[in-house]
Amino acid sequence: MRKLLVLLSLLMPVSVFAAGGNAHLDKADYDLTDKASLQNGAKLFMNYCLGCHQMQYQRYQRTFADLDIPVDLGSEYLMFTQEKPGEHITNAMPAESAAKWFGAPPPDLTLVARVRGADWIYTYLRSFYKDDSRPFGVNNLVFPEVGMPHALQELQGIPTKATEEHMVDGEMVERHVGLKSDGTGVMSTEEYDAAVLDLVNYMVYTGEPSRLQSESIGRYVMLFLLVLLVLVYLLKKEYWRDVH
Amino acid sequence: MDWIEYRLPIMRVANQHAIQYPAPRNMNFWYMFGFLATIVLVNQIVTGIWLTMSYNPTAEGAFASVEYIMRDVDYGWILRYMHSTGASAFFIVVYLHMFRGMIYGSYQKPRELLWLFGMFIYLALMAEAFMGYVLPWGQMSYWGAQVIVSLFSAIPVIGPDLVIWIQGDYVISGATLNRFFALHVIALPLVIVILVFLHIVALHEVGSNNPDGTDVKRKKGSLSEEEKTKFKIHEYYTNKYDIVDDIVPFFPHIVLKDLVGFAFFLLAFCYVMFFNPEMGGYFLEHPNFEIANPLKTPPHIFPVWYFTPFYAILKAVPDKLGGVIAMFAAIIALALLPWIDRGKVKSWRYRCGLHKWNLLVFAAVFVFLGYLGGTPQENWKITASQIATIMYFGFFGLLFIYSKNEKCKPVPARITE
Repeated sequence: MRKLLVLLSLLMPVSVFAAGGNAHLDKADYDLTDKASLQNGAKLFMNYCLGCHQMQYQRYQRTFADLDIPVDLGSEYLMFTQEKPGEHITNAMPAESAAKWFGAPPPDLTLVARVRGADWIYTYLRSFYKDDSRPFGVNNLVFPEVGMPHALQELQGIPTKATEEHMVDGEMVERHVGLKSDGTGVMSTEEYDAAVLDLVNYMVYTGEPSRLQSESIGRYVMLFLLVLLVLVYLLKKEYWRDVH
Repeated sequence: MDWIEYRLPIMRVANQHAIQYPAPRNMNFWYMFGFLATIVLVNQIVTGIWLTMSYNPTAEGAFASVEYIMRDVDYGWILRYMHSTGASAFFIVVYLHMFRGMIYGSYQKPRELLWLFGMFIYLALMAEAFMGYVLPWGQMSYWGAQVIVSLFSAIPVIGPDLVIWIQGDYVISGATLNRFFALHVIALPLVIVILVFLHIVALHEVGSNNPDGTDVKRKKGSLSEEEKTKFKIHEYYTNKYDIVDDIVPFFPHIVLKDLVGFAFFLLAFCYVMFFNPEMGGYFLEHPNFEIANPLKTPPHIFPVWYFTPFYAILKAVPDKLGGVIAMFAAIIALALLPWIDRGKVKSWRYRCGLHKWNLLVFAAVFVFLGYLGGTPQENWKITASQIATIMYFGFFGLLFIYSKNEKCKPVPARITE
């Protein structure tokens, strides 16, 4: 069946995400079965994102259950408001003031991985760089002129755009070659990339909490259908034997 | 049983339309898509009923209620994916079903009305799918509806007022969503079910075509006992005709054949449903996971894949009204196929080489138009879609010309395989 799945997936069109310009996107190699990664992602989200971004379609309790987090631990370490675990993951930021502060209200992130794609978020969160012309002092390579501050700055530090000068048609041209952190963050580049990947993993999960369940049910369904196909084919052959 | 049968002809109908219905024995895999379309229709109705139980048809609540179904309703995600995958599957099987009719000439005399009913089903299905796509109230729901509804404004004089009448508001709004919901769950499904019923009744009246296009019904009394079928066929048919020994009863023979196709179909369907419900953004478009925002236009607005060939034709014509006319003409041309094709031979097996090429090129052009209408606009695509549009209509023009005095191979008197 794995072969069949591989064959089928080869026939599938490659996903194309229109959003967010033409910046090169790094592959987010997330793993929905990695509970530790999902838990860490949830922790990062609650600590660094929830201040501005809600997940208004996702409930705490469901998140705790799917991520193997005991409800009492979850309520103590992952819930910072007076809400009950059965409630949605929301914050108290009024949308109108938020629009005034950031130029646009911070979007809900429940489904962001399905809108933008995991690769986009993974690259976006690793593409902030110092730009003093912007209100929050940072800009983003994937989402130029974005109204969002670098929320994970204390983890990554502030990267600067590294450029190289190249000779093109007899002229010196500055070409952007990458980002370099100033080293003020508490994480190394590798640690930061891993943390962002956990966060992305968590967002992919919230985008479609039924994913894991769906794939495990799906395997049995495919197996059943293969058996059914054989049986139905044999039955058909039996009935048609005398016809030709 | 007799008590019921005396009052309600259950067995008679079952015998006449299934158990003792004569079907040509050479029906190949192309003949399973009608059966599959019926199955998908049932799937859409049943899952639709359950989705309706938790869906909230208001601009404020629609998007959240879909996510509620996906997260909080037990196995709601299965219902929703069955319904969304079913929508695309419906068009896949319907397009294949229609192409089958084209290659084997199933629209020709005496099946013109059958073909017309089919075209009406197709039209109703497009309206049904369009309104259904608005219901999740995502960005593509909203902006797609905006584009499609605004097409009506191209109609001279009444256009702008007509748009307001359709929307129930000056813009696409909760009022529009609410009426689309009503049409999607009650009006159009009723129309489709009635049309499907008429389609099947009309089919059973004239009988099924087959890949040879050879008629399996002969004039009463023209066949010897030897040449007549040995299967038990309903007297409704045998009283009118002699049935050649080239048929099988619909049940169990054709049903079993269809079930094999059904198992293949389910494998593909369930693969998409359980492992790849977005189908790379074709079955569920990525921007539609963002709630509708009337103030934020998405960078690219595409209809779902099954509309993109007609969307490309619309965009190919520089004038808006002209584009709308071309788009509807593309569908009307298909409906008029029984009269555009003046040939006497049905199946492409026995028609001229030009006809085969014409059909294959037409299919390729249709797919190419779909590609053009479903990908971001580029300069070369405008010219390409104009050429493809001309080729689309060229199919019908050519067919009309060469079918008059076409050199065909002799059609075998009996089914060949």
